[in-house]
Amino acid sequence: MAERERRITPPFGGVFHARTQVMTPDDIQRAVWRMAHEVIERNHGLDNVVIIGLQTGGVPLARLLAEDLQQIEDVELPLGSLDVAFYRDDIGLRPVLPEAVTDIPVDLAGKIVVLVDDVLFTGRTIRAALDALTDFGRPRAVQLAVMVDRGHRELPIRPDYVGKNLPTRRDEAVDVGPLGVDLGEVRK
Amino acid sequence: MLDLVIKGGRVVDESGERVADVGFETGCIRAVEADLDVPVGATVLDAGGCVVAPALVDVHTHLREPGREDAETIETGSRSAVLGGYGFLVAMPNTDPTMDSIEVVNWVRDRAAERALCHIEPSAAITVGRGGEALAPMAELHREGLVRIFTDDGRGVQDDLLMRRAMEYARGLGVTLAQHCEIERLASGGHMNEGAWSSKLGIPGIPAAAEELMVSRDLALARLTGARVHFQHLSTAGSVSLVRAAKAAGMAVTAEATTHHFTLTDAEVASYDPVYKVNPPLRTEADVAAIRVGLADGTIDAIATDHAPHTREAKEAPFDQAPPGMLGLETALALALTELDLPIERVLALMSWQPARIIGGLANYGSRIQPTAAAGPAASLCVIDTTATWTVDATGGASRSRNTPYVGRTLTGRVRHTVIEGQPIVIDGEAQR
Amino acid sequence: MRHLLSIDDLGADGIEEVLSLTDSFVEVSGRAIPKVPALRGKTVVSLFFEDSTRTRLSFETAAKRLGADTMTFSVGTSSVKKGESVRDTVLTIEAMGVDAIVVRHASAGVPVQVARWGTSAVVNAGDGWHEHPTQALLDCYTIRQRLGSLAGRRIAIIGDIKHSRVARSNVLAFAALGAEVTLVAPPTLLPVDIDGWPVVVSHDLDAVLPTCDVAYLLRMQQERMTEALVPTLREYTAEYGLTTERADRLPEAAIVMHPGPMNRGVEIAGEVADRAEATMVEQVRNGVPVRMAVLFLLLGSGSEMFGTRQHASAPSGASEPSEASEEETVSA
Repeated sequence: MAERERRITPPFGGVFHARTQVMTPDDIQRAVWRMAHEVIERNHGLDNVVIIGLQTGGVPLARLLAEDLQQIEDVELPLGSLDVAFYRDDIGLRPVLPEAVTDIPVDLAGKIVVLVDDVLFTGRTIRAALDALTDFGRPRAVQLAVMVDRGHRELPIRPDYVGKNLPTRRDEAVDVGPLGVDLGEVRK
Repeated sequence: MLDLVIKGGRVVDESGERVADVGFETGCIRAVEADLDVPVGATVLDAGGCVVAPALVDVHTHLREPGREDAETIETGSRSAVLGGYGFLVAMPNTDPTMDSIEVVNWVRDRAAERALCHIEPSAAITVGRGGEALAPMAELHREGLVRIFTDDGRGVQDDLLMRRAMEYARGLGVTLAQHCEIERLASGGHMNEGAWSSKLGIPGIPAAAEELMVSRDLALARLTGARVHFQHLSTAGSVSLVRAAKAAGMAVTAEATTHHFTLTDAEVASYDPVYKVNPPLRTEADVAAIRVGLADGTIDAIATDHAPHTREAKEAPFDQAPPGMLGLETALALALTELDLPIERVLALMSWQPARIIGGLANYGSRIQPTAAAGPAASLCVIDTTATWTVDATGGASRSRNTPYVGRTLTGRVRHTVIEGQPIVIDGEAQR
Repeated sequence: MRHLLSIDDLGADGIEEVLSLTDSFVEVSGRAIPKVPALRGKTVVSLFFEDSTRTRLSFETAAKRLGADTMTFSVGTSSVKKGESVRDTVLTIEAMGVDAIVVRHASAGVPVQVARWGTSAVVNAGDGWHEHPTQALLDCYTIRQRLGSLAGRRIAIIGDIKHSRVARSNVLAFAALGAEVTLVAPPTLLPVDIDGWPVVVSHDLDAVLPTCDVAYLLRMQQERMTEALVPTLREYTAEYGLTTERADRLPEAAIVMHPGPMNRGVEIAGEVADRAEATMVEQVRNGVPVRMAVLFLLLGSGSEMFGTRQHASAPSGASEPSEASEEETVSA
C-alpha cells in the first residue's frame, strides 16, 4: 500500500528507487497461473466465487486472475473493484484517489469472495476491506490473494494465496507493476 | 517666575515655525524664546526633537455620556483625547437623552468640568430628539447653554423645508449648523459603500449619491438662507467637488474629513469584520484620493476623528447588525503625519487652528504660541515627536472601547506631552490622571 | 482545506476534487446500506439561523452517511436563543466538542466570523446575499452529469442576481470550470459595478435563450415588489420568465435548472418545470453526495490533497504527510 500511495501522490511519499528486481513480468504471470489453480482446488471448483480487486494495485491483478480462471475452467466469474478509502483507520493521513472506484457487480450474500491485492504489509487495508465488504452483503467466506507478502503484520490477517513471500525491512519499499516486482526504497 | 518650561523643541503655530522653549507661569505663557533659563523647582518637559504646537481641536467626537457609559465616558474619552494631543473636543449630541435641551447640555458641561481632562464643547441637536421633525430650542441653547454648533449627527435632517427653517433660524443666532449628509431613502438598507466590493461581498450598499445629494441640497439652501453650514465627515470625491465649487463661488461653508476616510477603503470589508463598519462608509480608492487632495488644497478645512466607541460585544455581531463607528482620538495625528504627504504646519492647521475657527474661537485656545499679559488665558499645547514610530496594539489605549481598525499598523509621530490650560496632563506618553 | 466559506476557497482544482469525490459518494448513496465509516467519531453541527429544512436535512444526511454524529441548532427550535450573540452560541457549541459547523444566516459574512471565533471547520450553507457554495457545487455536478464538461458551455443565469447568493457562488464556480456565463436581468436586479465579474450581462432573455446550454433560473421573490425593483410580477414574467413558449425555443439539448423552491408561474411556467430538460429533482438528489464530499474533504483524509494549495490564512492543521507515509500506519 505504501508503494501505491507513494507512486500516485508524489508530493507526499517521495520517489521509489528500485534496488533489485525480485520478480520479472513472467514470474508474475506464472504466479497468477499457479494461484488460479490453488483457488479452484481450495474451493472445489468456482461455484459462487467472486473476484474483487482492491484499488488500485489489486485491480489489474484481479483481472489477470479472473482471466486465468476463465481459461482454466471456461467460466466467467463476476469481477469487481473495491476502494477502501472511506474505511481506513488511518483516515486523516492518506489522500483519497478520485479515480478509485468501488464497483461490486453482484450481491455478496452467500458468495465466496476472493480479495486480490498487490502487496500485503501491515494488514490494515485488508481489515478495511473486510469492513467495507459487509456493507454489500454477508459473504459465505472471504479469501485473500496477494502477489507479495512482505511481512510486518500489525493485525491478525493472513493470505490464502501468495505469489511470493518476500522478507523485507520496514524502511524498504516494494513496487508491483507491469515491469515486475522491485525491492527498493523511497527517497524524498 | 516660570514654573513650567517646555525645553528643546521647535514651535510650530499659525504664525510659522521657530526654535524656541516655551515658559509658563500659573498656566499662562510668559516666554517663548530659545534657551530659556529654567528656575529651580520648575517642571521641565523635554521637547528635544519635537514640534511644540497649539493643542489639537476635534470638531467631531462621541463621548457617549450620558447613556452609553459602557462604551465610553466623558472622562475616558477625554483621556484618550489628551493622549492623542487634543485639548478641545466638540461633543456630539446623539447621547441618551439627546443633547437637545438646556438641562442635558448643562449636565454635560458640569460633568465635563468635574471629570474631563481637556475642554469639552457641547454641541446640540438641530431637531428634538434628532427626530427630524421639530426644531430644538436653538436660541435658548445658544444663549444659556452657550452652544455654537448644532447637528443631528448620526442622522442628517431629511426634510428639506425643515432644514431651510433651521438654517434661517441659525443665521439669526449666528450659530453653525453641522450636517451629517445622508439621504436615508437612498441609503436605506445599506451597510457599506455601494460598489464593486459590496456587489462581491453581498452586503447591501450605500451609494455615494446618498451623501452628495444632501451636500448639494444644503449648499443650495445655504445660498438661499445665508446660513453658516459645516459639512461633517465628507467621504466621496463628488462631495469634495461640490464643496470646492461652492468655495470657489465665494460661499462661506466649511467641511471636515475623518482619518479613516483618507486611510481606508471599502476593500477592508472583505474580512466581514464590523470594525470596518462606519457611517459614512469606507469608500473607494478614488474617493480616498479625492479626500487627500481636498485636504491639501484647502477644500476641506479640518480633520475630525468622529471618534465613535462601541463595546466589544456590539462589534461582534454580524456585519449588517453591528453599529457603525470607529475610535479615532489616539491615532488621528499619527495617521495624518504618516499617511498625508503634507508639511507639519498644514497638518496642524487642519487639526488645530482651522477647527478652532470653525467652532468660533475657544477660550484658552490660541493659534499663536506667544507670551500673554498677566491675567491672560491659560494655554494648551501638545509636544509631538514627529519621528517616533509605534504600533497600534489590540488592547491598550485609554478609551473604554477598542474598536480601532488600525490594530497592527505602525505609525510615525507620537504625542510626548500635552499641556492643558497650563497643566501637564500627559507626560512622556502617560496620562497624569 | 480548513473551511468552505466561498467558492474562492476551492478554485478550479478544488472544485474538480469535490466533483470527482462526489462520484464515489453517489456510489455509496446507491448501496443497500448507504453508509461508510469515514467520519466516525466526528461531530457535525448544523447552526441554522435561517430556517431551511431542505438544506439542513441534506447536510445532516450527508454527515450521517459518513458515519458522523450530528447536532442541530436551528432558529425554529429554542436552542438558538433570542438575544444570545452568534459568538456566544458558537463558543457554547464548541465547548461541547464539535468538528464541523454548517452555518446558515441571513447576514453575509457570518460563516467567516464563525470561522474566526471558533476552532472547528466551517461550511457556509448560505449567508445573506453572499454565497451558497455547496449549491454551486451540486449545480456543477448536475450540469456535468447531463452535459459533460462545463468548459465552453454557455450558461445563462436569469433573474434576481442582486439578492442571490446562489448566483454569486455559481458565477465563480461556472467561470472557474471554463463556462461562458451570461447574467440576464433587468438593471434593478443586477449588482452594481460588476465589470470585473467573469460574465456577460444582458437585459434581453429572448436574445440569449436560443444559444444557451443551460438556463439557470433564480427565484423571483414577492418582497421585491415593495422595493420598486420591478413594476409587477406579471411584467417580470413577461420579460424574464421561462414561459412555455420560451422553453420551446431553447436548443434541443439545453437543460433548465433552478435552486428551488420554485415560484411556478412566475420565473418558470409550471409545465416547464416538469419537462425532461428540467433538472431540479437531480439537483436535490445530488445535494447529499456533494455535501458528503465536502464534509469528507474538511474532516476526512482529504485535507492533504489541498496541502499545497491552502490559503495563507487557513493553516492546514494536518500533520506532515511525509512522516506518516511508509512506516507506522502503512497498510497492506
